[in-house]
Amino acid sequence: MSGRLGRWLRGPRLFWIALFALTWALSTWSFPLYKALGARWIIRYPKAWELPLEGWLSAAMKWLVEEASFGLFTFRDLTRAIAALIEAPYRLVRAALIDGFSTGYGQQAEQWAPPLSWLAVIFIVVAIARYAQGWRLAALVGGCFLYLAVFGQWESAMVTLASVLIAVPIGVAGGLALGIAAFRAPWFERALRPLLDLMQTVPVFAYLVPILFLFGFGPVSALVATVIYAMPPMVRVTTVALQSVPHEVTDAGRMMGCTRRQMLWKVLVPSAMPTLMVGVNQVIMLSLNMVIIASMIGAGGLGFDVLAALRRLDIGGGIEAGLAIVVMAIALDRLSQAFATRQAGAPLVAQGVLRRHPWLVTVILVVLGTGLVGLFFPPVQSYPESATITTSAFWAGAIEWINVNFFDTLERIKTFLLTWLMLPIKRFFTGIPWAWGIAAMGLAGWKLGGWRLGLPAALLTGFIAASGLWGKAMVTVYLCGTSVLIASLIGIPLGIWAGQSERANAVIGAIIDTLQTLPSFVYLIPVVMLFRVGDFSAMIAVVLYALAPAVRYAAHGLRSIDAQMIEAGKVAGCTRRQLLWRIKLPLATPALLLGLNQTIMLALSMLVITALVGTRDLGQEVYIALTKANTGQGIIAGLSVAFIAIAADRIISALARHARHRLGLEA
Amino acid sequence: MDDPVMLDCRGVWKLYGPAPAQFLKAHGGAPDAGALARAGMIGAVRDVNARIRAGECFVIMGLSGSGKSTLLRCMARLIEPTAGEILFEGRDLLAMPERELIALRRRKMGMVFQHFALLPHLTVLQNVAFPLDVQGIERSKREARAREMIALVGLEGREDCFPRELSGGQQQRVGIARSLAVEPELWFLDEPFSALDPLIRREMQDEFLRLQSMLKKTIVFITHDFDEAIRLADRIAVMKDGAIVQTATPEELVLNPATDYVAEFTRHIPRAKVLRLRTIMEPDTGGAVAGELPADLTVAEAAARIEAAALPFRLIEAGRPVGIVGRQAVIDVLVGRGKP
Ligand SMILES: Nc1ncnc2c1ncn2[C@@H]1O[C@H](COP(=O)(O)OP(=O)(O)OP(=O)(O)O)[C@@H](O)[C@H]1O
Ligand SMILES: [Mg+2]
Repeated sequence: MSGRLGRWLRGPRLFWIALFALTWALSTWSFPLYKALGARWIIRYPKAWELPLEGWLSAAMKWLVEEASFGLFTFRDLTRAIAALIEAPYRLVRAALIDGFSTGYGQQAEQWAPPLSWLAVIFIVVAIARYAQGWRLAALVGGCFLYLAVFGQWESAMVTLASVLIAVPIGVAGGLALGIAAFRAPWFERALRPLLDLMQTVPVFAYLVPILFLFGFGPVSALVATVIYAMPPMVRVTTVALQSVPHEVTDAGRMMGCTRRQMLWKVLVPSAMPTLMVGVNQVIMLSLNMVIIASMIGAGGLGFDVLAALRRLDIGGGIEAGLAIVVMAIALDRLSQAFATRQAGAPLVAQGVLRRHPWLVTVILVVLGTGLVGLFFPPVQSYPESATITTSAFWAGAIEWINVNFFDTLERIKTFLLTWLMLPIKRFFTGIPWAWGIAAMGLAGWKLGGWRLGLPAALLTGFIAASGLWGKAMVTVYLCGTSVLIASLIGIPLGIWAGQSERANAVIGAIIDTLQTLPSFVYLIPVVMLFRVGDFSAMIAVVLYALAPAVRYAAHGLRSIDAQMIEAGKVAGCTRRQLLWRIKLPLATPALLLGLNQTIMLALSMLVITALVGTRDLGQEVYIALTKANTGQGIIAGLSVAFIAIAADRIISALARHARHRLGLEA
Repeated sequence: MDDPVMLDCRGVWKLYGPAPAQFLKAHGGAPDAGALARAGMIGAVRDVNARIRAGECFVIMGLSGSGKSTLLRCMARLIEPTAGEILFEGRDLLAMPERELIALRRRKMGMVFQHFALLPHLTVLQNVAFPLDVQGIERSKREARAREMIALVGLEGREDCFPRELSGGQQQRVGIARSLAVEPELWFLDEPFSALDPLIRREMQDEFLRLQSMLKKTIVFITHDFDEAIRLADRIAVMKDGAIVQTATPEELVLNPATDYVAEFTRHIPRAKVLRLRTIMEPDTGGAVAGELPADLTVAEAAARIEAAALPFRLIEAGRPVGIVGRQAVIDVLVGRGKP
């Protein structure tokens, strides 16, 4: 018995257990220790050692806007130029979808053409869906847009759509260009990677602050923020997609005498197309999400409706606008996914524009037709107000009914989880003395990746302490940790189930897609209504938001196991359970770890938004900065969140690398 | 000659495409190639009948995409056939509940895969012991057995390597050892040597023959290499577009190809490699002979001795003389002259 224990404890396990035990002991007894030694610095980072970064940053920002100059033009001119570049196409799209085309401004404005009629917009999306996949998708997408019209969300939805339509091409083109550059020049990739990490991990509120400062309140700021938020995944996907084109294919291209340019556009990009389309899908979904959040800095549209409802505590209205976002998200998501999986049809050989592009011609006819008819018969132009249906009262009633009938149950669940799970974890994390926290992160990193991982991990942690944010950071870590734990406990089994059963996959996939496309604000409404403000509400909202990757990666990991492995297991006589535990799960470990990584990232990004429901963590710090337009404070707190994310990412990636190495998937 | 049938496939179909079962029913259970093509269905296996007898080496051969792997997977019920019956020792394999199927695989079946399918997270020893492990056999016992198998395929000393640390040939030896660990009665091999280079392939074939001469398993072996087929097979089934066009011994296949397709396949095969002495013998007139030879040797195997001797050899089958073979007959075969 002791022999077996000894064997189990050997090697790396012993290290981790010892590290945890030591951390736990220090966390539990840090207070008595401080009392005994009279050393207050043990539990609190001394004020005198704090770096005055906040002030520097605010000053630098101010200088940038007011004085910085590149010789020929000032920084101000640059931001104005960018704003103008973005604004022009945005106005055009807005005109096409909502405002109509007009000449002149203000009072003299004269509309010479109406915007696209609601019928024309629906027809266009239906035609695109039909082209991308078929009638089923066309019906779904058409239904979604019809819903927006019938339930009175048309105008807001079109404002949101206009922003998405501008942000997506910029995000995709920019991402593609940067991704290709990174693929071609390894040094560029090395330089870009930390920047991308930052862009993806700095919480959105944090860069709303400087953007607000640079571009002012309005749609341009929102679009800039959206592009910054949505582009990094495209860069990454592009690089990875190009890198994973099989060597045989590139070699074949080389043997056929392709130039570099031909190689890129005729060999690499087409081979990588399915993966690239996945990136496009991500850009679309992230743009939508960000356009909603950016309503805080003037994007308008559905996001603004949600935000306004949230401020008024108008449950019905919030859910109504939220549902409209969901509907739109589903339509956009399915549409772009359809393009990703679309198989090129047979080339059209028929002659003549009409024959070759029957849909294009029909679309043009419908657009012109409904435009003309709409001039004389307004319901064709815009959906009649009198025929809209509102569900606001219904939702408000539903939430009230739940609160009346299930108050005790909900309260009991809340108390139970708070007492037995959240508080102990909170005590553990917030008790860790800052000095040991830095050391422990360094040690963990060192164990997994040598000093090249350990040193940065310690430095990142050290930065947080030196910014005087240790306490708040630990609250963030505790909330994030609890949420990730619960999300994994729910998500991984669901993913395993979905990975093994087609039917479960259909149902779970649909639910997860919906959850993932919901903008963060929307979660807050029902959660606050049911559990009121506080850590518990925040945790629930974060779990719901961060569930998706745990499920997706688990399902994907299980599905992408080499079929031969499964067959080998079956032939060896594995039962289903053995197949799962002995073959599928070990082989899916890297995917599970990646899922964990993503869960943490999403949890952190959502956590910042839950500052709106009253958490006392780094998110709150960022939110305060946003309301006070304090650039320095916002950036520092934002960076702290980002550094937690980056440290976690690096460590888990190292774990995944170990796993992949062990599985022989990587040298 | 007629050993009991171990695996009996009757009218097995496997179609890929939308609603294959309905399609099959709608066409009276026997759609022709045209109907399949029109409906956009792939007939991976079409109406296959095969009876694999205990102790024989049954080779399925055909070009890439002819449905060999699919048929094999149907036989092991790794995939469900669209229609047909498969009997394993008289029991309906397709109607078997999962529990029994698992038990059957654990005790009676082994499979070697084209791309080895070794579990990357397990060492060689653990891989080979895996089938025993899932049966719950205790560690010392299963490892002893695994070591035995590893020794059998000549990989002693590599037990603690991971698959990625081995060459292709070595990996496939591990695959073979793993499939033999449970002492299967029915041994499936899906192009086990195709991923290997010719020299190693040859070596592995010798290894395979050596093992088979010791173990005497019932074997279903897939290959697209006719040379390999005739080296190893007792009987060969030639597949084309999902259907078996002919099942016969290598010799019959060369002598009486059922279709032009089979004839084309066998055209370049040196006849000496497949013809048995029995086939070219003449009646025994009781004259002087140089010695005696088994009648089932191939011409190639016996050529050197017969050519070297001035007198003919007497052929023995089942302990009795059946005829004689002289130098001229052997030379005729070797240079490709004369009838058969
Ligand atoms: N899961 C599947 N879905 C659709 N078609 C399939 C599937 N599996 C096999 N096929 C088709 O069935 C046919 C037979 O495939 P199979 O793998 O059995 O060929 P094979 O004879 O083993 O070829 P190879 O020598 O290349 O391994 C092929 O046309 C293949 O495209
Ligand atoms: Mg095959």
